[in-house]
Order: sequence, then C-alpha cells, then structure tokens
Amino acid sequence: MLECVFRFSARGEVNFLEKMPKRLEKIFNAYHGEKGTLVPILQEIQGEFGYLPEELFSEVARFLGISQNEIYGVATFYTQFRFTPPAEHTVKVCLGTACHVRGGADILDAVERELCTQQGGITSDRKFGLERVACFGCCALAPVMVVDDNVYAKMTVTKAKQILMEYGWEDKKA
Amino acid sequence: MTFDEIRKQAESEWEALEASEKPRILIGSATCGRSAGALSVRLAIETELKRRGIDAVITEVGCIGLCYAEPLVDITKLGRPRICYSNVTPETARQLIGDYIINDNARPDLALGTIGDKGIEGIPMLFDLPVLKSQVRISLRNCGFIDPENINHYIARGGYSGLAKALGMSPEWVIGEIGKSGLRGRGGAGFPTARKWEFCRGAAGKGKYIICNADEGDPGAFMDRSLLESDPHSVLEGMLLGAYAIGATRGYIYCRAEYPLAIARLNIALQQMKEHGLLGESILGADFSFDIQIKEGAGAFVCGEETALIMSLEGKRGMPRSRPPFPAIAGLWGKPTDINNVETWANVSAILQKSGEWFAGYGTEKSKGTKNFSLAGKIRHTGLIEVPMGITIREIVYGIGGGIQDDKKFKGVQTGGPSGGCLPVSALDLTVDYESLAAAGSIMGSGGMIVMDEDTCMVDMARYFLSFTQAESCGKCVPCRVGTKQMLTILERICCGEGKSGDIEQLLKLCEVVKAGALCGLGNTSPNPVLTTIRYYRDEYEAHISEKRCPALVCKPLVSYYILPQKCQGCGICLRDCPVEAISGGKRMVHVIDQAKCTKCGTCLDVCPPRFSAVVKVSGEHITVPDKPIPVGVSEREKE
Repeated sequence: MLECVFRFSARGEVNFLEKMPKRLEKIFNAYHGEKGTLVPILQEIQGEFGYLPEELFSEVARFLGISQNEIYGVATFYTQFRFTPPAEHTVKVCLGTACHVRGGADILDAVERELCTQQGGITSDRKFGLERVACFGCCALAPVMVVDDNVYAKMTVTKAKQILMEYGWEDKKA
Repeated sequence: MTFDEIRKQAESEWEALEASEKPRILIGSATCGRSAGALSVRLAIETELKRRGIDAVITEVGCIGLCYAEPLVDITKLGRPRICYSNVTPETARQLIGDYIINDNARPDLALGTIGDKGIEGIPMLFDLPVLKSQVRISLRNCGFIDPENINHYIARGGYSGLAKALGMSPEWVIGEIGKSGLRGRGGAGFPTARKWEFCRGAAGKGKYIICNADEGDPGAFMDRSLLESDPHSVLEGMLLGAYAIGATRGYIYCRAEYPLAIARLNIALQQMKEHGLLGESILGADFSFDIQIKEGAGAFVCGEETALIMSLEGKRGMPRSRPPFPAIAGLWGKPTDINNVETWANVSAILQKSGEWFAGYGTEKSKGTKNFSLAGKIRHTGLIEVPMGITIREIVYGIGGGIQDDKKFKGVQTGGPSGGCLPVSALDLTVDYESLAAAGSIMGSGGMIVMDEDTCMVDMARYFLSFTQAESCGKCVPCRVGTKQMLTILERICCGEGKSGDIEQLLKLCEVVKAGALCGLGNTSPNPVLTTIRYYRDEYEAHISEKRCPALVCKPLVSYYILPQKCQGCGICLRDCPVEAISGGKRMVHVIDQAKCTKCGTCLDVCPPRFSAVVKVSGEHITVPDKPIPVGVSEREKE
C-alpha cells in the first residue's frame, strides 16, 4: 500500500511527498478496525501536514474502502478542513454575536486592510492567513482576535495593528 | 478500592489542603481567564514567591463566571476568609504577595469580595454582591472552587456519590429521580430528560449509546466551554448515570475543536476516572461497564442538531435526517441513542447527589431548576451566570449584569442565538422559562444572552443572524437552503439603503415558509431573529426602507462622517490616521472628508481629540461643510 503517493505534486516537492507515506501510515495504524473514522483521520492528517494534501485522498479512500468522492464531500462540508498549506501565522477574527455587537466587523475590516488580503486569504509573502470564525466562546471579552493559539481580548483597531506587528507584520504606512 | 475508601482519601486530601499552613493562591484559568492574562499573572506570582522565599500552594481553578473581572486571583491564609481579587495584573499580583501574604494588609482597594463565614473589614462578601446574589449554583457548583484536573477535589465535594448511590438502586429508580426533578433538556428544546431516557431504555436492542452534545455552536454562547473547563467530572458523572439508567455501554462526547482546553481537561478527567475504577469494566465493582470517547467536531453549526451530530460521528457529512425514528429508537449506527447537552448532564449528577425533590424546589411549575446563560454584549458585568428559572430579564440585566455599558439605553436582549429572537424593552419583566420565552417569539436556547443598546441596529442584527444560518445551512432541504438565501438578500438590500416597499411583507412570507417547511431545527428556527425584529422594531425597518436611514448609525452604506468646520482645529491627527487618505487639510486648516473615498471605518471619529469633538457620524441628514480645506476660524467669523 501507499506506493502511489510517490509522484510529483504541482509544485514538484518530491522530498515532501517522500515523507508522506510513513507519516500517513502512522495515522492509519491507530484506526484499524474502527467505524466512523473518516473525520478523525482527516483531522490527524491536517494536524500532521497543516492541510489536506490532495495527493493523499486516494490512500485514505483505499484504507477506508470508500470513494475519493465521498472523502472530498465530507472534507468540504466541515469548515475546519483546508486544502492549501497554511500561512506562517493564522489570524482569526471572531464574528460571534457578542463580537459583532461590540464591533468585530470593524476589526476584521481593519485587519483585511492592513494585511491587504480578504478573509480566507493569505498574504503574498505567506506570512499571514486571515480567517473569520463564528465564535470562540470568549464572548465576555469581545471583540476577540486569535493569532495562532493566542487569544487577544477587547480588541480595538489600534490594538489589532500592534498585535500584528508582534508577529512580524510591518506597517508600510509608518 | 470501594467508593467509601476513594471518598475518604479524597476528603483527607481536601481537608489537608484547607487546613494547610501555607498560603493558597487560586488562579481562575479557564480560556476566558487565560485570554485576559491569567497565565502571565501566574508567572509573576511564581517569580515573586521564589524571590521572597515564600512557600505557597498555587492552584489553577476554573471560571467562577465573573468574566468582566478577569483575571481573578483568590488568596487564602489559614484562619482567614478567602479573598477574591479582580482585574489582577502581574504588577498588582506582586503587590498582593508583599502586602497581604507577608504584611497582612488585605488590600481592600483591589479586592472584589470574600468567600467564607468570616469577613474582612472593608471588603464585601462575594456572594452578597448583586452580580452573584440572585444566582443559584447547581450545575456550576464547583466552578472556580476545585482544580478541574484533580478528581479528588470533585469527589471531596460530593462528586460520584450520586453514582455510588445509583449503582445500589435500579435503573428505573434513577429515571424516576430525574422524573421527580422535572429536569428538561438544556440544549434549548426543553424536552423532559426522564421521558427521553425512558424511551431509550425501553427501545429494543443491545449496544446502546450515550452522547454528550458539547458542540456549542451558537455564536455568543460559552456556557458549556466554561463548565467543561472548570468541572469536567460533573458532566462525566452525569453521563455514567444516564448510561446506567438507559443500559448503554458506550458514550461519546462530541466537542467543538475550537475548545482545546476543554478537550485537554476532559482527557485528563477520563484518565483519572479509569485509575479510580469509575470507567471501564465493572464500575465501582458493580455489574455496570461503560466507556467514554471524545470526538472532536470539525466546524459545522448544524452538527448541534442531534441527527446531524450522529451523521458526523459516523464519519459522514453532518446533514440532519427527518424524524421519526428518533435517535432514542434508532440513532448512532442504528442503535438506540440518548443525546443530552453538557449542562443537562451536569444537572443530572447534581440531582443524584442530592435528590429530585431538592432540584424541583427551584424554578417554576413547568420549568424546574436553574439555567446557565452567557451574558455578553453591551452589558457591564459580562460573564457566565446560573439563575433559577422564573427570574425576570430585568433582574438579569440590571441586577446581575449591572446595567448597560457606558450608561447607554437598553434596546433589547437576544436569547437563543441564531434560533432565537430579539426581545424589546417591554419584555424586561418577562420571566425566564421555556414557555414565556417561546410566547414572546424567542426561545430559551442553549443559553446565549446578548444585551443590545441604542447603538445596535436591529435590522443589522437580523441580517447578521441570517448570514450565519445561511452559511451554516447544510443545503439538504429547499426551504432552508433557498429560503435563508432569499431572506438574507432582502435584508442585505435593506441595510444598503436599497430596500423597497413590500420587503417587510415579503420577508414575513418567506419566514412562514421556512419555518413550516424546513427539515430540522436549524431551518425551522432561522426565521426567529427576523420575525422578532419585525415584530418589535418595525420602525427601524421602515426607517431603512423609506427614509434610507439607520437610526442606530450602524449600517455603513447609510451613514456618513463629517468634520465640523466650527470645531476642527486642524490638528492633523485624523488626516494622518485615515487608512484610505480620504481626508484633506493642512496645519491650522479645517479638514474635509472626501465622501467618495471614505470607507466609513470610523477611525477619524475615534482619534479626534475629545476636546475638539469635531467629527460627527450621521445617517439620513446632510451636514454643510466646505468643499475644500479652509483656514481654521473662518466659518466662525462668517457666522458672526
């Protein structure tokens, strides 16, 4: 099994692909003989690689005995899964109800403007990815922004800029 | 070990801690505390203790619910009441160690309240504060008091005694006790828990399942996160009791992946349960075996719906199916399955630790016990609260919540998230119970309670919720997939100032169709925010449609910013900070906003020094300003 992943990806990252089978096999080993494991397997693949490499779908399909179509259907249904490598830092702006009422959309607008990318996008230097999320459950501290795993509370537009700078963003205007 | 031995061991550990000569420092470090800076406070405390050579016991506890006052640090010295300090910074934490731990000055200026029988002069009793006085803590009984990563703390405070008692009784007795309590599902729908369990117990077939629904997807709700992070065992004991009552052998906790700390603490709790013989084969030596597994959700709001959740657990797209058969008859893998919400499970363990009658002593005739709410939005005391059913919304907003932020005017409260409704000022005296909220057009929901003030646009709120449900609609049934999209399109048009007469009627018609025709709860309830805002705030819709005006100054296409020439002193701050260079002017020249370039971000209004207050935000009115920058003072002279 697993031999077919030895092929060039669109970006020709052959070394990257060579490492895949071992890492994938390790993930599969934990799920032999269990039912309903597609979602956790995809979650582990994403945890391992940072995204769901399309090259691996055929192997997951073979392991679970289902079609690639079905995997794609499940993977696209859940917002957690991504199909492109993530940026170095992921900025998530919360737009839950409490954050919305307290101006979360203004924070998102500001971050979009400063990073010159839309939500769901990645900056051209691949340093920052920007996402909006429905709720982090930190509503009492709204509006909230999360960079990687760090939660920042009671955001303002100025604070958002300062936080981005802490992660290496350069204010070109200044 | 028998349960009595386990309990004795736990109690002696707890008593030793209580009687410890060393000072104890408790740090509230659920996600809310951490994001407010609890971990840097902890670091500062540890460094300071080391520097001064003090031996103290530091415990990370969960959330007591006073999120507005985070980070919270409690200090206990032997023979003194526990003192709770709010808004602690690394600096004040260092001061507290010097002042209170060493010099015995309790620093009333930094304290929020004391916990315990004896008080300290100058500091109020914590539970006498208006924010806590009318709360009743049943499901949150241990939150903020125990170390959530230490099972012995839970056991010492009565934990697992309900399970030990139940294992000596019949499963029917357990269901009977829940029946007596009158407990109804806390996920929002309010179905009587005992009846659900009876159905599931009576269903034919072996290998039944128990599921804990911890897929808290409502934006604006964090009750379950806080509970799981602060007292995971109360939920897990509830699940064991449910499994015993129903005859289930396997359980799942379906938890949002967005809650990593809750998942980590659940994993620790499960491990400790195994070590104590509370999970696995022959639990506590009885003829009862049960195992629990955690499944992480992958980000789909609809998976909070029970049939969608089951599909997701089976590794499929989380799309609901029509009922019957109900999951109690045919659920996960076609087996009888009982699904209850996190808060329900925590109440189950409390009921069995005390009694059904005790629980039924709280609440109203039809809604017994208490309900957790996450109080957020434009309110002073944001946080997690647990109130007896039957309390008024006024008591929650003005008593517990301390009123509206910045003394603004109360406009409404939104309960039940995207499935609920916005209730107006006239609903302030409404009591909080399943029936009253439903009669007012909202729902109890899982417990999100967002307070809105005069600066909240109700049309924008409806648009916001619809944009959420529309994006989260799984697409299976037409009324929801197409209906929510159509409603959203109309609402977006209204918010852009392109509303037409007849839009309100069209919306009402669509609401009716979606409500009646959608397959699942997500679709059925999605019109609620629209229906309630039209019902209670129709004038705002009309202002948007006929006057192209947003009274709350929220809808960007309908508002404009102007710089008043009489007030502008030409300081240049707004000109410098405008992100789109829409402001022109110069030193001592009145600045002017180019309305065509302005993106209405509001930066100019924020940065204009209060002593000038030269920037105004208006909707539906035109303000006369010069076309080009003019010298400061010219317009004043013209007036004279």
